[in-house]
Amino acid sequence: MNAPIGLTGTLPGDARSRVRSADRIGDGVLYGLCMLASLLAVVTLGAIAYKVIDGASASISQFGLGFLTHSAWRPNFGIFGAGTFLYGTAVTSFAALLLAVPLGISIGLYLSMMASRRVRGVIGPLVEMLAAIPSVILGFWGILVFGPFLQAHLEPFLHRTLGFLPIFGAPSSTGSGLFNASLILTIMVVPIIASLSRDLFLAVPQELQEGATALGATRWEVLRGVVLPSAASGVAAAAFLGLGRALGEAIAVTQVIGAGDFIHVSLFQTGDTLASRIADQYQGAATPQLVASLFYLGLILMVIGLIANIAAQWIARRFDVGRVAAR
Amino acid sequence: MTDPDDPDVTPREASDPSDAALQATAELDSLSLLAEDLLDPSGPLTPSGHLRRRQMVSRLAEAAQTTAAVLAVAVLGILVYSVASRGASVLSIGFLTKDPPVLSGVAGGGIAPAIVGTALIMAVATAIAMPMGILAALFLTEFAGRWTARAIRLALDLLNGLPTIVVGLFVFGLLVVGHHQSGFAGSVALAIIMLPLIARATQEVLTLVPAGLREAADALGVCHWRTVLGVVLPTARGGILTATVLAVARAAGETAPLIFVCSIFSNTTSLNLFGQALPNIPVYIFNASEAAERYGFARAWGAAFVLLAFILLASLGGRALGRRATLSR
Amino acid sequence: MRPPDPSEMPATGASNVRPRVRIQTPALAHEAAQAAANARPTDALRGSPRGEQDSALTVGREAIFDVQDLSVSYGSSQAISGVTLQIHRNLITAIIGPSGCGKTTFIRSLNRMNDSVPGFTIDGKILYHGHDIYDRGVDRVEVRRRIGMVFQRPNPFPKSIYDNVAWAPRNLKMKSGLDERVERALRGAALWDEVKDRLKDSALGLSGGQQQRLCIARAIAIQPDVLLLDEPASALDPIATAAIEELMQTLKNRYTIVIVTHNMQQAARVADRTAFFNLDASDGRRTGVLVEYGDTDVMFTRPADTRTSDYVTGRFG
Ligand SMILES: Nc1ncnc2c1ncn2[C@@H]1O[C@H](COP(=O)(O)OP(=O)(O)OP(=O)(O)O)[C@@H](O)[C@H]1O
Ligand SMILES: [Mg+2]
Repeated sequence: MNAPIGLTGTLPGDARSRVRSADRIGDGVLYGLCMLASLLAVVTLGAIAYKVIDGASASISQFGLGFLTHSAWRPNFGIFGAGTFLYGTAVTSFAALLLAVPLGISIGLYLSMMASRRVRGVIGPLVEMLAAIPSVILGFWGILVFGPFLQAHLEPFLHRTLGFLPIFGAPSSTGSGLFNASLILTIMVVPIIASLSRDLFLAVPQELQEGATALGATRWEVLRGVVLPSAASGVAAAAFLGLGRALGEAIAVTQVIGAGDFIHVSLFQTGDTLASRIADQYQGAATPQLVASLFYLGLILMVIGLIANIAAQWIARRFDVGRVAAR
Repeated sequence: MTDPDDPDVTPREASDPSDAALQATAELDSLSLLAEDLLDPSGPLTPSGHLRRRQMVSRLAEAAQTTAAVLAVAVLGILVYSVASRGASVLSIGFLTKDPPVLSGVAGGGIAPAIVGTALIMAVATAIAMPMGILAALFLTEFAGRWTARAIRLALDLLNGLPTIVVGLFVFGLLVVGHHQSGFAGSVALAIIMLPLIARATQEVLTLVPAGLREAADALGVCHWRTVLGVVLPTARGGILTATVLAVARAAGETAPLIFVCSIFSNTTSLNLFGQALPNIPVYIFNASEAAERYGFARAWGAAFVLLAFILLASLGGRALGRRATLSR
Repeated sequence: MRPPDPSEMPATGASNVRPRVRIQTPALAHEAAQAAANARPTDALRGSPRGEQDSALTVGREAIFDVQDLSVSYGSSQAISGVTLQIHRNLITAIIGPSGCGKTTFIRSLNRMNDSVPGFTIDGKILYHGHDIYDRGVDRVEVRRRIGMVFQRPNPFPKSIYDNVAWAPRNLKMKSGLDERVERALRGAALWDEVKDRLKDSALGLSGGQQQRLCIARAIAIQPDVLLLDEPASALDPIATAAIEELMQTLKNRYTIVIVTHNMQQAARVADRTAFFNLDASDGRRTGVLVEYGDTDVMFTRPADTRTSDYVTGRFG
């Protein structure tokens, strides 16, 4: 198989250099193309940041940072503020994480520690499939199936039993609202945290678990004492990735949150998030002022989304979260 | 100090104190004479006292984990069932081949324009994102130094983590403001979503290409680009295909990037990628869900069924492909 | 490997006839007598392996483990077959034999560490103080709480030195005097002086030998009855190995110790009794069998079985 070497060895000098220069050109072209493609990714990221800031600039110069705290949004009167949407984003994302983190970790533990290899091979992909459901379908289901169920059953129940907490006020009239949005976001975030934490738990050395088991620990003590702490930073990173997802989800939230203009304490009332308000106004983006203010919302969203993702990357420096997130 | 009901506690201090050996190790022992230590090694091995409680906690925790997994699968089942049962009732050949009725509030009709539009938009998006993603992955594995690779990987990951509505705003500002919505703008937006997915997953399979193969090619004096095109890429073919199929499955359902750039469309089949917004399934469902009209809902369920079936089959198929590719290595 | 010179042998007789430190309560003595009484006829029936006869070491000593005709399989492949032996209180019992003969399998069966291995099945009986540890109703957590284990590769938890030792006592609700308990365990493992100033540091910063002693400290912090050591020194340098061996001699006053070792000299140096396992390929499949079991000096100087003498003198079959 070393014919090529022998061949080039016997070629006359100029022929050899012709082959070499062709190769050099080929190498150069390949390198150039690859570099351009990589550069394109970086440039796209930069261009997105630039375009969003640029689009928002009119609104930024008009409203300044007061935009963040001002809570009225009246396009017809030229009044714009992101306060209501920041509140809605914070509440729905926080509620979604509050549910999704324990659920996701539990599923991760089940898949990695309890399920047999075969069961894991079935349930794992099913859970990941939950993440593959398009948000527009999830939101559509949220309006027509889930919302009526919440309104008829879960909201009255929570109001009856936990109604002394102001967040569980009177049930909504349609099933749309912060509560529905939080639960839909939970459904989206759980598979992210579950599949990431499953991978993390599977990577915890068997020796550590055996060491703990041999000390007369119950299974749960082994998980709590050794498995969870060993994977803690990765799980935290997964939670931040999930947060990034929850913050940024526009479509499903728009569909189920009810497009409210006011801050309500009760989760059963309507509201809006940054992303859902942008999506909500897609066809009415008529005046330049409204467009600029939507870009301003987008800018805020981009910044907090980037912070959540950078936090995830930074927390799990040793562990390549992006790899799993890009699956 | 200790539970009064702990049966493990049996007084051992009472044993013969005159024993010389006991005295000799008294120092070591004195510390251990905490009542809770006094294990009777020959006692029965059944759980008692503390242990019974600990085991109960453990079993509860395991039950909770199982419940969580069952819950996730149940939610998937309910979702798929909801879509399938409602979508199946409108599904027919006509539904896939007809235009929607011109007027709202009318039953019947189909979603053919949206199917064609989505197919076209996705094809163009894939044609942009796939070569770019593969080249970027090649750069990461074949050429980039450590720090460059790290920076590009970070850019890809941040691009992937960016809220998709922001990508929509970007393409809106880039291609639509001052012009008009178009199917092409939609393709660009979806290509931006797909690029990091393909690049990262391809990079993954490229790093799995056995170093031996590469070395063998290098040892033959084959230059780098021939090695890459002739050895590295063909070996990773299966993995790259999987990555692309999964990225397609993910992007096909994306709505947020499209609503600003490809959402105001007439419901007739069109192949005009640049001149006008192309109808597409995700925005069709979104519009129907906002319009709140029952025949529109029915068609939207049908559209959701078509989209979901495509996506689930694609992601299942992609996974199966990936598994085969891994096994054959 | 040359046969160990008898003059190098540890003064086993002298150190082992020392009276037991732990005085048995009458109840315990009764149990022990019963267990012994139970065991004898079975041995006679099965024809116990050579070396199983009473020796000066075992006479009057309680048999902690009474293993009867033990066979272990992983799926369809049998790892050990027909092992019958007794392990006696406060002695160091070494398990030696060639690689793959089932030493690890055997020792892990003694505290049910194999339960989670897929395909693991067991035949025969392991009586621990007269209780079959594989009986229904037996809690394996309780079994492992009494029978501690140290593994071949040091496996400290990624926690502080203190927390490594305090972890199991906390689980077991032995919370009073925790500092004292940690100190005692670390002293017991001859590690205290080296780590007393950095108890809050990560255990992963310790050397391999220190890590292994930490694992021993971790095991004795909950005052088990038996310590199982699976090649505890094989990943360590000679100095760390010597430290562990010396440690074992102190520990055996309080614990019954079973040690697996690849190293014949180590067995000769530390063990009171030695069991030799070998691979038996007579029926076409290779399974581990117990060839010979007896006092260490007998095993190394005048073994009854030629396979044993071949192995201990380095002449393999
Ligand atoms: N978890 C397992 N699953 C399947 N087979 C196993 C498992 N562990 C051990 N075996 C098999 O059982 C037999 C005995 O293995 P074991 O580890 O007990 O031997 P060993 O005497 O400890 O060897 P070594 O000296 O190399 O540690 C071997 O054939 C091994 O391949
Ligand atoms: Mg072994």
